[in-house]
Parts: sequence; C-alpha cells; structure tokens
Amino acid sequence: MKYKSRGEKCFDAFVIVLMALLAFLFLYPFIDQFWLSFYTYENSIYSGQRLIPRMPLVLDSYKEVFKNDVFLVALGNSVFRVILGTVYTVFFTFCGGYVLSKKSLPFRNGLLVYFMFTMFFSGGLVPSFILMRNLGLFNSRLAWILPGMTSAWNMILTRNFIRTVPEALEEAAVVDGAGIWRVMFGIMLPLSMPIISVLALWSAIGHWNSWFDVLLYTRKNEQLTLALMLRRIIMENSVDLLGESMTESIPTRTPDTVKAATMMTLVIPIACVYPFLQKYFVKGIHVGSVKG
Amino acid sequence: MSIAAMRTQGKGRHLWVQVKKHWPYYLVIAPIVIYFFIFKYIPMYGVTIAFKDYTYSRGILNSPWSVPLLKNFDRAFSSILFWRAFRNTLILSVLGLVINFPLTILYALLLDEMPGRKYKRFIQTVSYLPHFISWVVLVGIFRTIFSPTTGVVNAVIEAFGGKSIYFMADAKWFRPMVVITSLWKGIGYGSVIYIAAITGIDQEQYEAAYIDGANRFARVWHITLPNLAPIICIQLIMSTSNILEGSFDQIYNMLSGVTNSVGSIIETYVYQLGIVNTKYSLSTAINLFQNVVGMVLLVAANWIVRRINSENSLF
Repeated sequence: MKYKSRGEKCFDAFVIVLMALLAFLFLYPFIDQFWLSFYTYENSIYSGQRLIPRMPLVLDSYKEVFKNDVFLVALGNSVFRVILGTVYTVFFTFCGGYVLSKKSLPFRNGLLVYFMFTMFFSGGLVPSFILMRNLGLFNSRLAWILPGMTSAWNMILTRNFIRTVPEALEEAAVVDGAGIWRVMFGIMLPLSMPIISVLALWSAIGHWNSWFDVLLYTRKNEQLTLALMLRRIIMENSVDLLGESMTESIPTRTPDTVKAATMMTLVIPIACVYPFLQKYFVKGIHVGSVKG
Repeated sequence: MSIAAMRTQGKGRHLWVQVKKHWPYYLVIAPIVIYFFIFKYIPMYGVTIAFKDYTYSRGILNSPWSVPLLKNFDRAFSSILFWRAFRNTLILSVLGLVINFPLTILYALLLDEMPGRKYKRFIQTVSYLPHFISWVVLVGIFRTIFSPTTGVVNAVIEAFGGKSIYFMADAKWFRPMVVITSLWKGIGYGSVIYIAAITGIDQEQYEAAYIDGANRFARVWHITLPNLAPIICIQLIMSTSNILEGSFDQIYNMLSGVTNSVGSIIETYVYQLGIVNTKYSLSTAINLFQNVVGMVLLVAANWIVRRINSENSLF
C-alpha cells in the first residue's frame, strides 16, 4: 500500500484531523482540572477555557488538601488497600489459574463449574450486605479486601495464558526434582508476567477508585478512602435524595480549586502507571472459550 | 515411587491414585474454594429472604416465609417506582447498544486506518485514560466543565449567543449526558478487542485486494468487516444479554433529586430500598428478578453464539 491516490491522501488527512480532535476531547477535561488545581481562588470563578492557564499558578490548593487530616487518613487507607488488595488478588488468581491449567487434575471440570456458576448468578446486594454484617466485618478495613480474592473470569484468563507456556518447561523442572511451589513461583510466575501485570493493574486501579464498599461497610471518618472522600466533597452542596449520610462530611463549601486538587491526586498516579502496561492490555481480552 | 505404585498409575489410572498424586494442587486451590463458598454461595442462599419477611434480629433461617410466598414480588411489580427504574434501565441500555456499540467499532476502524505508528499509539494511550478513572472523579470533572457558571461548555454556548444549560441537573439532559459520558469513558478501551482482532487479520488478503485494485473503503468493507463479523456478533449478543443491567457507579454519581425520574435504574433502586430504607426482602426480590432475567438472557445469548460459531461461545 505504498502508492496512495489523491482521494486516499485526503482521507488520511481527514482521519488524522478527526483523531487529533478526539484526542483533544479525551484529554481536555483532565487538562482543565489540572490547571484549575493550580489556580488562585480569584481566577477560579472566571468561566471559559482552561487550556491555556490564567496566571499566576499557585500551590495553595494542594497545600490545603495535604494539610487536611481527613485527606491524609483517606490517602493512607487507599494506599493500604491498593497494596494489600492487589497482592492478595494477584496471588490467589495466579494460584487458581495455575491449578485450573492442569489438564490431568481430577475433578477439574467440577471445580470449573463451581467457579463459573458465580459468573451467571449472584446473591446480590442485600444478601452480601447481610453476610458481611454476620461475619463481623462492619467497620473493619478487611471488608474492603477479603471479598475481592479472585473471580472466575480472571482465573480463566490466567489459566488460558498459562496454557500458552510450553509444557516441556514444566516437565523439565519436574524431572530435575522441582515441587509444585518451585514450578509455580520459580518458573510459571516469571513467564506469566504479562497476565500478572494486567491483573495487578486492574486490581490496583479498582482498589484505588473504590468507594461503594466503603460506603456500605465502614461508617467512620478514619475509614474513608480517597474516592469516597472526594464523592462527599463533590456532593456536599447537591440535594441528596438517595439517603447517603452526609453528616460526617465537611460542612462548608469547598472551592473548585481544592476539589480539582483532590481529583488530581486520584488521577495522576493512574495516568503515570497505565501507559507502561498498555502493550499487555490485549492479554486481558478473553479469546476463545472458557471450557475445556 | 515404588514399582507397584507406578504400575497402578500406568495401568488403572484409578481416580483415587490420581487424586492422591495431585494433592498439592488441591491444597493450593482449597482457599479459593472456601472463598467462593463463603462470599459467593452463601449470599446465593441469602436470596431466600426474597421469599421471607426478613428481620435482622431473627436472621435468614428463622425469619418466617412470606404469606403468600411471592408477596415481595407482588409488591415490587405493583410499584410505580420499580417500573420506572425498569424502564430507565432498559432505555439507557438500548441507547448504549444503538449509539455506543457501533461507534466503538467505527472508532477502531478509523484508528486502524490512521497513518503513522507513533501518532496512532499516542491516540490510543490518550483514549484509554478515562477508562481507568473512577466515575466519582469523572462526574466531579463534568460538574465543573458543564457548570452553568464557570464551565467551559456553557462559556462556548454563550459565546455563540446561546443560553447556558444546567446539563448535570436537568431531567431533559440526563440521558444524553449518560450516553456522552459513557461514550467518552468507554470508547477507547472498548476498541481494544476490535483492534486486536484487526491485527490478527491475514495481511495477504489486503495485498491481494490491493493488486485487484480495491480502494481503501472496499478493503474495509470486504475484508476488515467480514473478518470482524464473529467478534462483533458475540459482543452484540453479550451486550444484549446485559440489557437489564445498569452502570451503578456512573448513574449513582450522576443522579440527583431532579433527575431521579429519568435516571433511577434498577441498581440504584435496589440500593435505595435495601440499604437506605432497610427493606431487605423487597429489595432482594427485585435484585433476584433482575439476576434471573440476566442469567436466562446470558444462557440464551450463549446458545445463539454457539449456533453461529461454536468456537466463540462462552461455555
């Protein structure tokens, strides 16, 4: 396709312009908030574009955010659940995927059905809520971690990936006297890094962004996460008909610049991480069947 | 391993011997089996409260069965609020299918047609960003950008002589806003699956078409799209089977008092009834209805996919 007709060149130009426009639309909201988070309060009340920022840019909003105790506690909680939750999920998903990849394992299909049934049917909101209460997990940070051990879907993704690793590698190790732990963590784990990276990214971002389980199970101020704290700041001056308790939130109206600074603390870590794992995203797509 | 044991293994492949041989694997998977039992299967048993008059003090087992047994379902189905949520969920899903679904495919096709590797990669990276950001943040951003006083969108509208619109708190604008925001968040990452499929297409087909004088549109129409047909078909069927499921995170964060009439979906209604108003049994009945419909649709969808192309079916 080296020679392009004039029509095709025009089309190329059209696509390039269209895509540039789209890229602008994807980015603009973030740029807008990014600059706003550095605005002075006086500048923030002007309407209009924030592609080119209004000088001067100041760090006031960030200073205010980072000296707020509630924010610091929420940040700590979010970091806690990202680290612990991701290790927990990735470890068990890898274990499950590895075991399910063993074609010779008796009752393997039974296990698969047992796991997969949960993809089609679930108890739903209230039964899970009651379960958590009965387990005594209310007002415990474990309520954020324990329910997310793994999912049938992710185990099957992992299994399908592990199956692409040549069996001879594993057999050679077994002949050399390696046990299951050595095979799993010495051989399979390093070879599974593409799928592990995707799982870790999903899990970490899921924990970083989560707010609903916090809203459901933990009711204390020192057990807020960043996302829920942000939700309260954003919602504080809107009419609340869904009954979420706002009594613990900050009573005064937060300036838009401080809101923007809080949002940026949630956005920037993600924006710094995911581009490096982009080449693995395709691994997270389910190809083919889950059976077998 | 003794010779006798080896013989048993070689000849009989007796189940018990196999199980014993694999015991470390069972040990590794045991915590996961227990986890599924506690966190997935016990709540499934918990759906029995849809048929009971559940009170927390009595517990699930000791709460009395409803008289008549389907009382909670009766009550749900005769409630205007339930049908409102049902209708809103369906409308938003259909809008997603009609608008977001084809646009995602179109986006993937355009991206593939774009010249320049680095530029293409940049666009892809940028378009993935919203996918990874929480709806809490995104709705927060939209509230500022679409704000009637300080937002850029209304500034543009006013610059062209229009009147500013309160996009985020206007019942008329709720559904368009849901579609636009979910398109903005999902189109980039949603295209990954199609781009992966396009990359897998045999290049010789394109070269042959080129030699035969097919232009670009003809190549997309006669090669790319037919090659994508199975995956499009599967995606379409699977999304259709999710028609009774709404996006809780998005809607709950966008919803406010004035938009409740057009925005309340089954998920938010179940949450409001069950958790906020503590009507556990009624909420579970609605949730169960939704889950059963979802399961039936999924199995039906899978059956259809299997008839079209058995390799692509889910199970």
